[in-house]
Amino acid sequence: MSIVHHLDDDVLLEYATGTLAEGWSIAVATHLALCPHCRERYELMELTGGALLDTLEPVPASPDSWTALMARLQDETGAQPAAATPAVPPNGGQPVLPEPLRSYVGSDVDGIAWKSLPGAAQFLIPTSDGETMVRLLRIPAGKPVPEHTHRGREFTLVLSGAFSDGEDVFRRGDIEVADSSLMHTPVATPDADCICLAVTDAPLKFKSWMVRMVQPMLGI
Amino acid sequence: MTTTVSIDVASCKTLAPYVLRPPRDARPRAARKTVRKKEMAVEPNDKQALNITMSAHLTAVAERRDVAAFEELFRYYGPRVRAYMARLARDGQLAEELMQETMMAVWNKSAQYSPDKGNVSTWIFTIARNLRIDAYRKANRPGFDPNDPAFVPADTAPADQTLEGMEDAARLHEAMAQLPSEQLQLLKLSFFDEASHGTIAETLGIPLGTVKSRIRLAFAKLRSTLEDKQ
Ligand SMILES: [Zn+2]
Repeated sequence: MSIVHHLDDDVLLEYATGTLAEGWSIAVATHLALCPHCRERYELMELTGGALLDTLEPVPASPDSWTALMARLQDETGAQPAAATPAVPPNGGQPVLPEPLRSYVGSDVDGIAWKSLPGAAQFLIPTSDGETMVRLLRIPAGKPVPEHTHRGREFTLVLSGAFSDGEDVFRRGDIEVADSSLMHTPVATPDADCICLAVTDAPLKFKSWMVRMVQPMLGI
Repeated sequence: MTTTVSIDVASCKTLAPYVLRPPRDARPRAARKTVRKKEMAVEPNDKQALNITMSAHLTAVAERRDVAAFEELFRYYGPRVRAYMARLARDGQLAEELMQETMMAVWNKSAQYSPDKGNVSTWIFTIARNLRIDAYRKANRPGFDPNDPAFVPADTAPADQTLEGMEDAARLHEAMAQLPSEQLQLLKLSFFDEASHGTIAETLGIPLGTVKSRIRLAFAKLRSTLEDKQ
């Protein structure tokens, strides 16, 4: 079944330009690993970046720039270009988690130390951006996605199983990009547990946003 | 594997097989006019020739550790990468250092460049971008890995990717020049100033929805130009 829920141009562009924070970028890069369609669009954006680099008004390098670089080349000529290391399949089979997600998790799905939540299990993935919360969720077949806040931005990428969100079904590789305006209640389809990557605004950020929202109502 | 390279600075000048584009003022009057009107000179055939030449230089660096070819890359890309870095660095010294880091990475990673992916400018842009994220945000940039067994490849591979890559880049320059100026401005702000679309909307005093729709329009136009080529 091919992917039907894709990334928008503006999210892809923020990833291509380097603006998108690490947490969101994990979801984008993992979707790109699974989705040739978005990859092709993304490649056009990188091509655009290269073309724009050509159009930049050159800023002359420092006069001794080339000499300095030559000195470094001489120092580092022992260093060989790193050969691309092909990733080894964990069990010789096809992993459920593609790169870069698998490296962030530290193993494929069968090695995950799930922590139980009411109605689901989760695995937190640490990042250094300080603005996102990134985790894997395992939702039992037929059950709703827990702790669904409907607030702030939210990326949900399906890795196995599927969830249904009203009329739409999201399967492996499909990504849902939601913001606070989207009212929805995703539910895992009844045939199998659903494992997905969920990226949201970090709780602290969310809390301050909540306070701002609540303040007018409390009259403070 | 160890390769010893002896570097002879004097010989570098003599081997240059490619004459860099003359400075702006030396260009024909017609070309200068185009620059003013559309903000950039667009000469697709030039761009294609440039790509082919730069690709040959980079391949020479990868295969023979060719210092003369590397100097050609440095003379063309160094000042552009420095300009790119300077968009975020107020400090010219930092921009210079990041440019040097980028060019060192070009030298060290040249074996990872594959001419069948086409465009040298794009390859160097991605290196510079990743170094800039590293320097300013102290953050990792997660990327996909085409060698990963879970990676889903595209169904079709174009017959001659090299030529296609070169032509695409040239056509893209042409298509970019046709974009309405507000769309081109958005692309430049996005790529150079690394501003989020929310920030760009605030800076320009336009709604975020307008920023997003201009981006969609711009890429729809660029995509259709590349798809039209058959
Ligand atoms: Zn997609």
